[in-house]
Amino acid sequence: MKILVAVKRVIDYNVQVRVKEDNTGVVTENVKMSTNPPDDNAIEEAVKIKESGKATEVVAVSVGEEKAQETVRKALAVGADRGILIKADGILEPLAVSKLLQKIVEKEKPDLVFMGKQAIDDDCNQTGQMLSALLNWPQATFASKIEIKDKKLEVTREIDEGLETIEINIPAIVTCDLRLNEPRYASLPNIMKAKKKPIEQINASDLGVDTSPRIEQIKVEEPPKRKAGIKVKSVAELVQKLKNEAKVI
Amino acid sequence: MSVLLVAEHNNKELKPFTLNAVTAASQMNTDLHAVIIGNNCGDVAKKLSELPLVKKVIQVEAAHYENFVAENFAPVIVKLAENYSHVVCSANTFGKNLMPRIAASLDTSQVSDIIKVISADTFLRPIYAGNAFATVKSKDPKKCITIRPTSFDPCESSGGSAPIEKAEPSEEFNNTKFVKREEIKSDRPELGTARVVVSGGRGMQSGDNFKLITSVADKLNAAIGASRAAVDAGYISNDHQVGQTGKVVVPDLYIAIGISGAIQHLAGMKESKVIVAINKDGEAPIFSVADYGLEADLFEAVPQFIEELNKLNTIQK
Repeated sequence: MKILVAVKRVIDYNVQVRVKEDNTGVVTENVKMSTNPPDDNAIEEAVKIKESGKATEVVAVSVGEEKAQETVRKALAVGADRGILIKADGILEPLAVSKLLQKIVEKEKPDLVFMGKQAIDDDCNQTGQMLSALLNWPQATFASKIEIKDKKLEVTREIDEGLETIEINIPAIVTCDLRLNEPRYASLPNIMKAKKKPIEQINASDLGVDTSPRIEQIKVEEPPKRKAGIKVKSVAELVQKLKNEAKVI
Repeated sequence: MSVLLVAEHNNKELKPFTLNAVTAASQMNTDLHAVIIGNNCGDVAKKLSELPLVKKVIQVEAAHYENFVAENFAPVIVKLAENYSHVVCSANTFGKNLMPRIAASLDTSQVSDIIKVISADTFLRPIYAGNAFATVKSKDPKKCITIRPTSFDPCESSGGSAPIEKAEPSEEFNNTKFVKREEIKSDRPELGTARVVVSGGRGMQSGDNFKLITSVADKLNAAIGASRAAVDAGYISNDHQVGQTGKVVVPDLYIAIGISGAIQHLAGMKESKVIVAINKDGEAPIFSVADYGLEADLFEAVPQFIEELNKLNTIQK
């Protein structure tokens, strides 16, 4: 069984994001970049499945600028066998990304495609579902548990009401929740080894997909600031403020 | 062209956020139709027809719609979408799972989780966990939009009498089978719509200590929330998680107890009207959004808080 894992390079989750002064976007220069956190869970799960003997190959793929290679390299350092970078500049909407991934799926013919449930930059939560639609494959979104049963997967999904379990036939798409597993850290020897693993580079323009944006970003602004609050000295003062000032209890 | 709203329900009742989605959809175009897909959901279709903003209800029923599997829902909505300019639903796990499957089939770039309708094609949406707001204009002929329910008021729920039309179901998608759903039943208000939310974080130190949160919530008739750290640690189940990858809440009063306030958590609660933070670390980022901050050990402060609430002798309903 072959697993393709899609990973995205995003601003690190710990960075306080700042809006550009000209309102065209957010500041990305000299900002720490990392793998989108739930994509780490996706890689971890694929590598665990391979370690259990149920998969033979894990291929990491990323779409983005040249530097997204670092993200692919990180996936290789935690156990992916080889990488693919689809090079594309500028804003890529999830629809464009899923069409590019569809081309890779057609070429690589994986049995499973894993990725994070949502990217923490654009917060779209679309790519996995869109890829499933384009391939007409089953989709198991927001997965917090995956069990492989022969040619099926049993997946537990985190939904608003609690948990849902579905059974899907392979080939399938799974989008991973942060609670799926505990991603490992790359060890130094494995980081060195990863440098020797191959990363195939493909230009998005060579895949015959129109990636031009369909959504015009008119402006990006700071959200309204909350008025500064106060510190209260005691519980009694807190309750008095909530009752008489805020009038919420 | 008109707007098609996808109703969220459980075959017995409309999910409350459907009303918020109706409000949002009606701001895109007042010629608003609602589709309800389910199994034996006639009573819910009738409820939907009573919403005054809804001009027509389309009811699609089949056994394979019983459990809201997106692979079954998408084809029927894609077919209906021929007659509409917009397809809209809530950005909760139902809509997040379903809408991109519809959008990709329609070759449309979806606009997710909007918080404001500026015009029929232009919307405001938070990005980067709400640290920036983007104004975006969809250039696709058909628009697929998910809306953040807490950013729109619920619509009127009675007085209307829209016609109910039946539509043909699509074929079943055989590669996905629903197995089970484990819903956590509670007599408390729903987290998404509660007037008061009391949340606990890593500072609670154990699931057992969440009893303190429960006691405060009992006093205030509140829903119980949690930070991701508390859910990951197993103190409480995932349906309580507030934040970027959990639920977004906008209660009148949000009480954060033992929550440091990572930006991912703030993304889910910082629009609350009044925010209270109780934390022993005076530098915790939660204090930057709190209207009332109390720097104290929660294990001393919360029992006192409960006692003070007892003195007020009022249970908020």
